[in-house]
Amino acid sequence: MSKVAVIGGGIIGVATAYELAKLGEEVILFEKSYFGSGSTFRCATGIRAQFTDEANIRLMKHSVRRWEGLEEELGFDINFRQTGYLFLATSEEEVKAFKNNIRLQNRFGVPTRLIGMEEAKEIVPILNTEPFLAGAWNPKDGKANPFKTLFAYLFRAREMGVDAREHTEVVALEREGDTIKAVKYRSNGRVESVKVDAVLNAANAWAPLINEMAGLKRDLVPIKAYKHQLVKTEPLEPGQAEPLVCPPSWNDAYIIQDGEDGGIICGAGIEHEARGLNDYEPTYDFLRGVLRYATMIAPPLKYAHIVRQWAGFYAKTPDKNPAIGRLLDNFYIAAGFSGHGFMMAPAVAQAVAELMANGRSRVPLDWEWYDPYRFERGELRSSAFQIG
Amino acid sequence: MSGKVIICRCNDVTIDEIEALIDEGVTDIEEIKRLLRIGMGPCQGRTCIPLVLSILAKRTGKKPEEIPLPRARVPIRPVRVGVIVGGDDE
Ligand SMILES: Cc1cc2nc3c(=O)[nH]c(=O)nc-3n(C[C@H](O)[C@H](O)[C@H](O)COP(=O)(O)OP(=O)(O)OC[C@H]3O[C@@H](n4cnc5c(N)ncnc54)[C@H](O)[C@@H]3O)c2cc1C
Ligand code: FES
Repeated sequence: MSKVAVIGGGIIGVATAYELAKLGEEVILFEKSYFGSGSTFRCATGIRAQFTDEANIRLMKHSVRRWEGLEEELGFDINFRQTGYLFLATSEEEVKAFKNNIRLQNRFGVPTRLIGMEEAKEIVPILNTEPFLAGAWNPKDGKANPFKTLFAYLFRAREMGVDAREHTEVVALEREGDTIKAVKYRSNGRVESVKVDAVLNAANAWAPLINEMAGLKRDLVPIKAYKHQLVKTEPLEPGQAEPLVCPPSWNDAYIIQDGEDGGIICGAGIEHEARGLNDYEPTYDFLRGVLRYATMIAPPLKYAHIVRQWAGFYAKTPDKNPAIGRLLDNFYIAAGFSGHGFMMAPAVAQAVAELMANGRSRVPLDWEWYDPYRFERGELRSSAFQIG
Repeated sequence: MSGKVIICRCNDVTIDEIEALIDEGVTDIEEIKRLLRIGMGPCQGRTCIPLVLSILAKRTGKKPEEIPLPRARVPIRPVRVGVIVGGDDE
């Protein structure tokens, strides 16, 4: 048994702490604010295997399988439901692109299919079918409650002995040669230190700062924070827009009905580079822009009231794929999820924990694809499809 | 107080649910808010957040002024979507 420090109490850090404990490791988990305070508690809840490249499709196929059993495994209602993702095409070229993606997804057992607008309207009764030619529909995609999912992992992790500390900020790492020997952290104004055998950087938007603490170049893994926002309406009758509905050519705009309270969550790729790592101020241009798209997708939304708007970060890498793997002998990273870290968490956490504990993993994660050193080599992957 | 006492009227949350969560070790108001949806109703927590603060203070022995308040969300009052996007019926 070795002592592993996990830095970052978002879904990735918490789920990996749980997986490490399952493998018998002694884990100490650090979160500088409250658990979920980074991107995790601001996300749109979406989970999909509809990607456009093999690595992400295979990883998400495995992740969805884990999601399907998570409620039972963790013994906690996390509100996971397979209500599907419906992408909508506005041009013939897009229909062609959808067909290619579907072929690739089918090859790896993801059951996406092309549907007509009549069927789309049955799935989403408030849909405006007029602007769209066809839909890519995968009924196995879905959504889950991020708050409950994070706590489900956290409660079980603590039961298995994980020392999970919030309001505890990692301030320095002690490195000798290519190994990290100790982690320094501040809690209640006091700085203390703990000796460790391995460290995971799961700090997402803050990950470059942690890499710097490890004596690496801050931009070795060039993650930038972009402000992403959401707007939510009052509850509507369940069943109005259960799947995530998205015409990608409309600036990646989407709507998805909250599986619990029935409010419609509206998002779009109207983004701003964050002015700093606590720039969570919602903006009016987003509110106006996103609601224009949302009401074009589903006109009845005009009559709903919005109750909330909030902002969080997409922690983006240059190719929109995360950096997952080993950076030094005993220093690992899983960060830069560019807008899909929630859906990937069950698979990534398992893979990273297995890598750290056993040196290899059974998860179909393409380590080469996600290699954190690829940016330094100037080797970008094809951009991961970005939307919620 | 009995368990049927409702603290958050918008989302129907009882004092029992809140106390049970605090006893499980969830003592950050941002976390309590999200797990029970307190303060996430149309009133934005005007009624319930002060009550949760005092329960939390009592249960954890902290002073209420030591407990940070959750971030307020815009808009303060619900606004009709049509008002913001404009359109024929405005
Ligand atoms: C508006 C929006 C919508 C989204 N929609 C979706 C979606 O539908 N589906 C999906 O899969 N993803 C979505 N995402 C992305 C998803 O939220 C993130 O990819 C995911 O939450 C990343 O989790 P994480 O654990 O890597 O990072 P985070 O949740 O950001 O956690 C990192 C944590 O590290 C902590 N930390 C930083 N520095 C330190 C330090 N020095 N010491 C201790 N702790 C530290 C931070 O406080 C933070 O809590 C969305 C994101 C946004 C903003
Ligand atoms: S009473 Fe709790 S949000 Fe309104």
